[in-house]
Amino acid sequence: MAENNASGGEIRYLTPIAIETKKEKYCRFKKLGITYIDYKDADFLLRFVNEQGKILPRRLTGTSLKYQRKVGQAVKRARHLALMPYVGDMLK
Amino acid sequence: MTNRYETVFILTPVLSEDQTKEAVKKFKDLIKKGRGKVHHEESWGMRKLAYPIQKKSTGFYHLFEFESEAPFVDKLETEYRRDERVLRFMTVKMDKHHQAFADRRRNKQSATSGDDTAERPARRRKEENADQPNS
Repeated sequence: MAENNASGGEIRYLTPIAIETKKEKYCRFKKLGITYIDYKDADFLLRFVNEQGKILPRRLTGTSLKYQRKVGQAVKRARHLALMPYVGDMLK
Repeated sequence: MTNRYETVFILTPVLSEDQTKEAVKKFKDLIKKGRGKVHHEESWGMRKLAYPIQKKSTGFYHLFEFESEAPFVDKLETEYRRDERVLRFMTVKMDKHHQAFADRRRNKQSATSGDDTAERPARRRKEENADQPNS
């Protein structure tokens, strides 16, 4: 049996296995060399929230932990100054 | 030991133009009186609020960038709280990245003619555009 396997060589599947071609995520701040995230720029911060105004997790945006913290802080500051809503609907 | 701070406040839209100016002047004088140095100020004018504050949907935004000693911030914020014209305020301490960003932004604003931006590397410029607040 072991011999058979060795001579057969290739393994065949009934259905082709789906190989996920994952697009590599990257931290845009690291890549572009941005060191400070401005809370005054609501339009830019809108990229990091969903249409309800909730901050998107890092696993979706690809932001590194260091900058995710800064994004969070900036969004919260913008909310305080009514530049961004705390709760929203159809923001995008 | 002084720190650099950035403070933004929102005034009620019911004030007339002169009253708004007077309120802004009051806080500016307060900073000066508190041995603070105003480095920069910015008026964003009347803006729509993202959500109503005290049943008002617009507000007059004003920003000060100043340098002072830490205890002064408390005094300034007490004054904000006492003043009924102020809807909302926020003071943040500027870290070194924030300072660099603010300086760059200011330079860009002063050089509106555009020859300044042309000689910068493209990447930097893109980043700044992304970080530019909509006014």
